[in-house]
Amino acid sequence: MEFPQGLKYSKEHEWVLVDGNTATIGITEYAQEELGDIVYVELPDVGEKIVKDDPFGAVESVKAVSDVYAPVSGTVLEINDVLPDNPETINDDPYGDGWMIRVELSDKDDLKDLMDEEEYAEYVAQQKEEDDDEEDESDDEDEEEDEDK
Amino acid sequence: MSEPSQDRKSRRVTEPNLLFESSSPGRNSIVWPAEAGDAAALIPPALLRDDIAGFPELGELEVLRHFTRLSQRNFAIESQFYPLGSCTMKYNPKINEVVARFPGFAEIHPLAPPGMLQGALALLHGLEIMLAEISGMEYVSLQPSAGAQGELTGLMLIRAYLADRGNPRRKIIVPDTAHGTNPASSTLCGYEVIQISSNDHGVIDATAVARVTDEEVAAIMITNPNTLGLFESNIEAIAEVVHGKGGLVYLDGANLNALMGIAKPGHMGVDVLHMNLHKTFSTPHGGGGPGAGPVAVNGQLRDYLPVPRLVKQGDRFELLEDAPKSVGRVRSYFGNFGVLVRAYTYILSLGGDGLEQASRMALLNANYIRRRLEKSYQIAFDEPCMHECIFTDRIQHKNGVSTLDIAKRLLDYGYHPPTIYFPLVVSGALMIEPTETETPETLDGFVDAMLAIAREAKEEPELVQQAPHSTPVRRLDEARAARKPVLRWERGSSAADS
Amino acid sequence: MRYTPHTPADQERMLKTIGVASIDGLFEHVPKSLRERAKINLPDGLTELAVRQQLAALASQNATAGDWSLFLGGGVYRHFIPSAVDAMISRSEFSTSYTPYQPEVSQGTLQALFEYQTLICQLTGMEVSNAAVYDGASAAAEAVLMARRIQPTGRRRVLVSRALHPHYRAVIATYVKNLIDVRLEEIPFDGTGGTDIAALTERLDDQSMCVLVGYPNFFGIVEDLAPIKSACARAGAQLIAVTSEPLAFGLLKPPGEFAVDIAVGEGQSLGVPMNLGGPAFGFFACQKKFVRNIPGRLVGETVDSDGRRGFVLTLATREQHIRREKATSNICTSQTLCALAATVYLSLMGKSGMRRVAEVNVARAHEAKARLIEQAKLEPVFSGPFFNEFVLRGNDLNQVFTRSAKSKIVPGIRLEQWYPELTDCFLSCVTEMNERQEIDRLVRTIAG
Repeated sequence: MEFPQGLKYSKEHEWVLVDGNTATIGITEYAQEELGDIVYVELPDVGEKIVKDDPFGAVESVKAVSDVYAPVSGTVLEINDVLPDNPETINDDPYGDGWMIRVELSDKDDLKDLMDEEEYAEYVAQQKEEDDDEEDESDDEDEEEDEDK
Repeated sequence: MSEPSQDRKSRRVTEPNLLFESSSPGRNSIVWPAEAGDAAALIPPALLRDDIAGFPELGELEVLRHFTRLSQRNFAIESQFYPLGSCTMKYNPKINEVVARFPGFAEIHPLAPPGMLQGALALLHGLEIMLAEISGMEYVSLQPSAGAQGELTGLMLIRAYLADRGNPRRKIIVPDTAHGTNPASSTLCGYEVIQISSNDHGVIDATAVARVTDEEVAAIMITNPNTLGLFESNIEAIAEVVHGKGGLVYLDGANLNALMGIAKPGHMGVDVLHMNLHKTFSTPHGGGGPGAGPVAVNGQLRDYLPVPRLVKQGDRFELLEDAPKSVGRVRSYFGNFGVLVRAYTYILSLGGDGLEQASRMALLNANYIRRRLEKSYQIAFDEPCMHECIFTDRIQHKNGVSTLDIAKRLLDYGYHPPTIYFPLVVSGALMIEPTETETPETLDGFVDAMLAIAREAKEEPELVQQAPHSTPVRRLDEARAARKPVLRWERGSSAADS
Repeated sequence: MRYTPHTPADQERMLKTIGVASIDGLFEHVPKSLRERAKINLPDGLTELAVRQQLAALASQNATAGDWSLFLGGGVYRHFIPSAVDAMISRSEFSTSYTPYQPEVSQGTLQALFEYQTLICQLTGMEVSNAAVYDGASAAAEAVLMARRIQPTGRRRVLVSRALHPHYRAVIATYVKNLIDVRLEEIPFDGTGGTDIAALTERLDDQSMCVLVGYPNFFGIVEDLAPIKSACARAGAQLIAVTSEPLAFGLLKPPGEFAVDIAVGEGQSLGVPMNLGGPAFGFFACQKKFVRNIPGRLVGETVDSDGRRGFVLTLATREQHIRREKATSNICTSQTLCALAATVYLSLMGKSGMRRVAEVNVARAHEAKARLIEQAKLEPVFSGPFFNEFVLRGNDLNQVFTRSAKSKIVPGIRLEQWYPELTDCFLSCVTEMNERQEIDRLVRTIAG
């Protein structure tokens, strides 16, 4: 999987687009794929303060809920009002129309802890390998087809 | 002549209307003679309503046909095998239904003077004694309406006991294999949940428990056998650890069907437990209840049990509403009495020997299925299983077939799928609990279906992935239902509008 | 009588497949110290005939509504249940099926619950209903928990009318006791038998979370919810209407028309036998905007892969099996078969049946009350309008009740056990099941 240049990425699979002192935040392609069809998005209110590494909202699919963690600290300037009625926008366009919130950064140093697209791609590849490892274990096992009657 | 198209072969209308779509203004079923006078005039006009808009207007036969047709779109124990893990879908005896409908049980009012309800109270008292004996505990409350309410009640008892000793504490330890009601009930009781992981053998270690147990831990909630169908072999050591720091042990008794005559929770160091009468004790599931979740405790928690309490004075039964240390009432009246009558009847029918036989045969059936399937499906834990066994979809995943697909394909074979994707610690879990009321032939039929699906997963995976093919409806769009919830019928709405 | 069909030959064959010598071998991994003490010391099982006889003997020791004249309400009511109701819920496809997690083979239960949700909305005038909870008392408690999820943390005072069913008040207290931020307060009732509005208004403030009133209340009184709702709205508190006699909605203005936030209650009146108070079901309805906070199951409409209409459990992410400790409630099994009974009952009663039976209840109860006052010299206690229950005061009630019992009559429920201030008072209920002659006998017996 490849990821857009120019964005920064967190371990919890959020992306950040920095513009001066403003950051736009959303979840990555990998995250939306893992979640499946998104049915509901919980967003903070404009004016709320978000704290790095704390959850600021949640994304729900039919069978699961995932907290969305703040990759940076700041104050919410804008929320994407398309999402309440059309949560599937995140599935269709996670980096563009599926943006979630826009914040005013309180500490630009927070960005240092984030990854660039190459580092994130590696990180995601590692996650996928870990999932595959569990599958590989079963390869070694006896796969006799004969059923005993 | 060429073969007619599928459409023309069957012209039967299969999609049922909603009640409201079949209504016809002015039609009715029940005719009740009017009273003299104008009743509405006895109520102030500001408190009167118009007719109930949209309410059904149907004839009696129409109503019966409607619900009969609906019932035919359901699956039931009496139609086919229902191997849902941790649900204990055993036969629901008809004698229980007959007895529960005796007017002496159905047409009695809970607020009549207790002297007029002695038969009912005697039954409840008898049931308390039976459940205490079966669980190896001392005292029982029959109040909670379901397992989850039993859990909440049990946790409240623990909280009251600890508060009485100066500190209710803050935390409850819950294994990663626990049923979701365990952490949910803990939160409702004002506790923080500390999750611990099972080990490679699928059970909890006493050392893992010791690592998180301190003087702020109120209790550990443990299920035995656990949701993997495995006996929690370290339970006595675990109880010692928790007791050592002044905490208590709660047993989720959902899997009691594996233990009767084999091991009693009361001997395992358990302080309080709940039982699910709609599982182990054969009361019908009803499509989602009613059930009952009585709690059983040892002596130290007795004072905190909910009210009302049943007390025997000589040969009369009385109800105690006031008990100073009680956690209070958890529901109205006396609990789900009709369900309690059915459980009592069941236990009377089976007796001690019958209950022990039930668990023995439950283990036999589960182990038989396990043995016959374990070459074609990956077993989650290679440990002795009790009344249920768990497989994963790892083998089938190689061909892109998931547990969900396998479950849906089983519907085409006429079987209700096992419990799927629970517990969460097993990826793609398929949890099979046959129960003791199934014949070996039924089990063989189920196994044959599972083996056929395993073959299909290899040779024609799309057949499995697109299942079910032959049910009244095919896979339903759950994302759509969650995104734009339509939770009631409204005039002017129709399927076409959605 | 065992219900386990295994012959010795079956067991032998199966053990051979498993590879174990005996059934005992299947659990020898269980510690011996537990196994040797596990015997269940209960009498041996009985034949079906013996069971039936024993249970019949127990049943015969209870006073049934058919045999006695029970003028008892207090949240459980004797109403006419059409035969078709039991015929439908006795169908094993409904009674022995599991919670509809596999919707493709559970469309029967799911559609019936969708219809149930719709009927409750229509009956209560509310926008959204869930698929039922345990009973009226826990529904009231769950409503308080729901208000707590919706209201901000500064609002944690719960105001409960003293005229609300005593069991419900007790259960709310039990549920709320473990939530240290919530404070429970009682609002007195007045001479009308309804909530003292002046007292309520005085206590409402910016810390009020919600208000609970019975509609009708425990005394059978029908309070006007309009001024209560205005007071709540001004203070920013949620109004929760609690109804244990929903048959009243055949005639009374439903809570939805008063814009209440949450409407809950007990559904036993709607086609479920008294069963000594359970099982029946709690209904739970609210305004649409709160739907993601509602507890319990919800059934939603959707389509399948061929475009056919179908029904599924939805918004499941609120529930315990997904949200676990953050769930809206811990409810798993609830009371589905009883909700189904209500669905059949309401379909049979229909628009006209509901209104007609409600009218009969009102007419008979008012007539009985008037005659008891006039001919049996009992005193009215409350001045408010009532549905099918009323409170009367009399001298020497112990004697009255003893005398009545000799004629197999129970005139009502003594109130001192919950309301010490209502000495010598009892709550009497008259429904469409109490015939004219029965009321005659009641009046004559009390008059002495």
